[in-house]
Amino acid sequence: MTKFVKGNEAVVIGALYAGCDAFFGYPITPASEVAQMAALYFPSVGKEFLQAECETSSINMVYGAASTGKLSMTATSGPGMSLMQEGISYLAGAELPGVIVTVQRAGPGLGNVYPEQGDYNQAVKGGGHGNYHCLVLAPGNVQEMCDLTMKAFELSFKYRNPVIVIADAVLGQMMETLRLPEKESPRPDTSAWAAEGNAKTRGNLITSIFLNAPQQEEHNIHLQAKYRKIEAAEQMAECYRTDDAEIVLCAYGTSSRICRSAVDALREGGVKVGMFRPQTLYPFPEKALAEVAEGRKLMVVEMSAGQFRDDIALHLGRRAETIPLVNRMGGILVTVEQVIDAVKGLA
Amino acid sequence: MAVIKAKGFYDTFDRSGTPTRDTHYCPGCGHGIIHKLLCEAMADMGIQDRTVIVNPIGCAVFGYYYWDVGNVGAAHGRAQSVATAINRTRPDSIVISYQGDGDLAAIGFNATFQAANRGEHVATFFVNNSTYGMTGGQMAPTTLLGQKTKTTPFGRAADHEGYPLCVCEALNQLKAPVYIARVSVADTKRIMEAKKAIRKALEIQVQKKGFAFVEILSPCPTNLGLDPLKAAQWEIEQSEQIFPLGTFRDISAEAESRKDPEPKPTPSEFFGGGTDVKAPEPDYAFGTKHIKIAGFGGQGILSLGLAIAEAARYSARYSSWFPSYGPEQRGGSSSCNVIVSGTPIGSPDAPQPDVLVCMNRPSYDRFAKDVPKGGVILCDATVEITEQPPEGVKLFMMPSLKLATEFGVPKATNTVMLAALAHLGVTGLATEQLLNALDDSFKKKPKLIPINRDIFQKAYAWCEANWKA
Repeated sequence: MTKFVKGNEAVVIGALYAGCDAFFGYPITPASEVAQMAALYFPSVGKEFLQAECETSSINMVYGAASTGKLSMTATSGPGMSLMQEGISYLAGAELPGVIVTVQRAGPGLGNVYPEQGDYNQAVKGGGHGNYHCLVLAPGNVQEMCDLTMKAFELSFKYRNPVIVIADAVLGQMMETLRLPEKESPRPDTSAWAAEGNAKTRGNLITSIFLNAPQQEEHNIHLQAKYRKIEAAEQMAECYRTDDAEIVLCAYGTSSRICRSAVDALREGGVKVGMFRPQTLYPFPEKALAEVAEGRKLMVVEMSAGQFRDDIALHLGRRAETIPLVNRMGGILVTVEQVIDAVKGLA
Repeated sequence: MAVIKAKGFYDTFDRSGTPTRDTHYCPGCGHGIIHKLLCEAMADMGIQDRTVIVNPIGCAVFGYYYWDVGNVGAAHGRAQSVATAINRTRPDSIVISYQGDGDLAAIGFNATFQAANRGEHVATFFVNNSTYGMTGGQMAPTTLLGQKTKTTPFGRAADHEGYPLCVCEALNQLKAPVYIARVSVADTKRIMEAKKAIRKALEIQVQKKGFAFVEILSPCPTNLGLDPLKAAQWEIEQSEQIFPLGTFRDISAEAESRKDPEPKPTPSEFFGGGTDVKAPEPDYAFGTKHIKIAGFGGQGILSLGLAIAEAARYSARYSSWFPSYGPEQRGGSSSCNVIVSGTPIGSPDAPQPDVLVCMNRPSYDRFAKDVPKGGVILCDATVEITEQPPEGVKLFMMPSLKLATEFGVPKATNTVMLAALAHLGVTGLATEQLLNALDDSFKKKPKLIPINRDIFQKAYAWCEANWKA
């Protein structure tokens, strides 16, 4: 079964197949269609949609629903994502599951509504306070906007941790054929920790306060151990035409789509080039990167100032400046030609 | 010594770190009394199993040491948002938000106002002690004029800090709240009134009637710098001047109880069904077509692109559609890029389109020069061509507005253009599939399906007659 939908709509479909109980959101271009489609679809299948009064409220509503063991989500873009950072830190601190979709636009400040990837560090390094990580999933097409949203809920409940799905204006606004999920995800059992409003869970407590410093440190150590487990188990990446490649482009999200076109075009001209595309940005797919980087020239393509390249370099133990960067900012797409020319310059 | 068990509380407060029965509150603080009134009420009503209390930031941050119910700690000012979501996702639970004046009336005032306005089923207990207790006695929104605090060392001045915020009076402007009352725990008589108000707010939740708000004036001897009795006296003599006690609203008798939701289909049932279309498989022989459609908003630019992309899906081809959006969509011009391909699509942008459809002159002037050799430009006949297309690019002029008007639907210019594209065969897609997609685009207005099919056929015939040579 297929449906031709915007990436923003695919997110909602994936969420509902994952069993999402509630959507809390606030409109912002270019993410508004997520809220709009949720407003239409959630009540149609007996789920809750509520437009909050601001993003601060949206994320705290996600916190509230998660506290009772419900699957919930929100979706936003740059300025809204900034407002949500406090709530995300609280989710991480209280070990609550929740899915946050961010459809990146150009910044900083008000910026504009066109595609950029400048919120990489905000998502991957954490924009809130404290020692925490969100899992960060990076779809590269409309199908993955759905599938990785489903996956986000699974991981979020598996680890009791917020998960960010990081898209951008192109992925949100573009339409592609979506293969509908085959079936709904099984419901997680949350009675061990959630305050579900019943006798069984009456003794449960959701909080992130440990006024006693050694207890707070213990909590931090526990969180860090969880992150190490996530890093070992949940890395995901696509290696596209890299087997015999001499040059490997590194890109995620919409930049990876540009690179896919460039790789195909260059391959027709006999240039041995491939692409490394992380599908998880945290945990960073360092194992796949290490393999694909071995003995090959790298080039990073992103719609930001090198934030993604910094991570590529970090995970290879190199200085960022040693890896060539092709980028645009401000809401301008890197073009296929720009990438082709840069690769030719490198070859 | 015989120990009397307090109803609704844990037997001992182990979460504080030791199995004590003492609270962390200062002597003479009103919180202890309010906790007792609340816990007794919950126990008497038998609702502890299904109650979730949202714990605030402030002196009551450790409410969960004491309250024998489900407990959730919220960020400062966010309790009403958290409570909202609990209410929305667990409609059978009793949701309580217990907040202080900084939390509820300063940082969280908007959340409070909005939750009250939505009529969330939340019993809100607002402890007004005129100061920020936990952080050490700074000014609260409820600090009285002239009152000295750590951040109003010379006394609160109306022309500098504004007036004490009367929350009950503010919420009473809203339509949705069911119950709004202000009580005090400064003496026994007042405590008995507070007890009634707290029970009333909980009963409204049991009856599923809506938002209930109880403001409780509560002495803070520590930060007032008074002994407990004098602090209580201060509440009665000073605070009540600004915050008069009483019931501001009680429409609980008239308010209707929330109904249980009706059963709805599952996502599979809701999204499934309809005609099954196969997902695309790679077919390298098909190649890739880059198509750009541009014109004014209202000319059906986006829906023309969508019809082509949908036709590609019906043909089990890969396709993508990427629109202009944002302020541009309100500024008059409109465009979209459609890729139809035999293989998974990379960039959804079409900066050098093989096929360009221009519905107005600015579109031609802006995009025609980017069409590569071998490409096709389909232009509405009203567009004045001042510059010829690039070498090797074919230009077709289509009187779409004229024909659509002749065919009886002037708005159907995009249907005419779709027929022209079908005739030119530039999309690589079968005419029948383009027609199916056209039908589908009028799914919500089925009356228009035969009309547009007819226009399509006539326009197609026009192309055959006029472009044959």
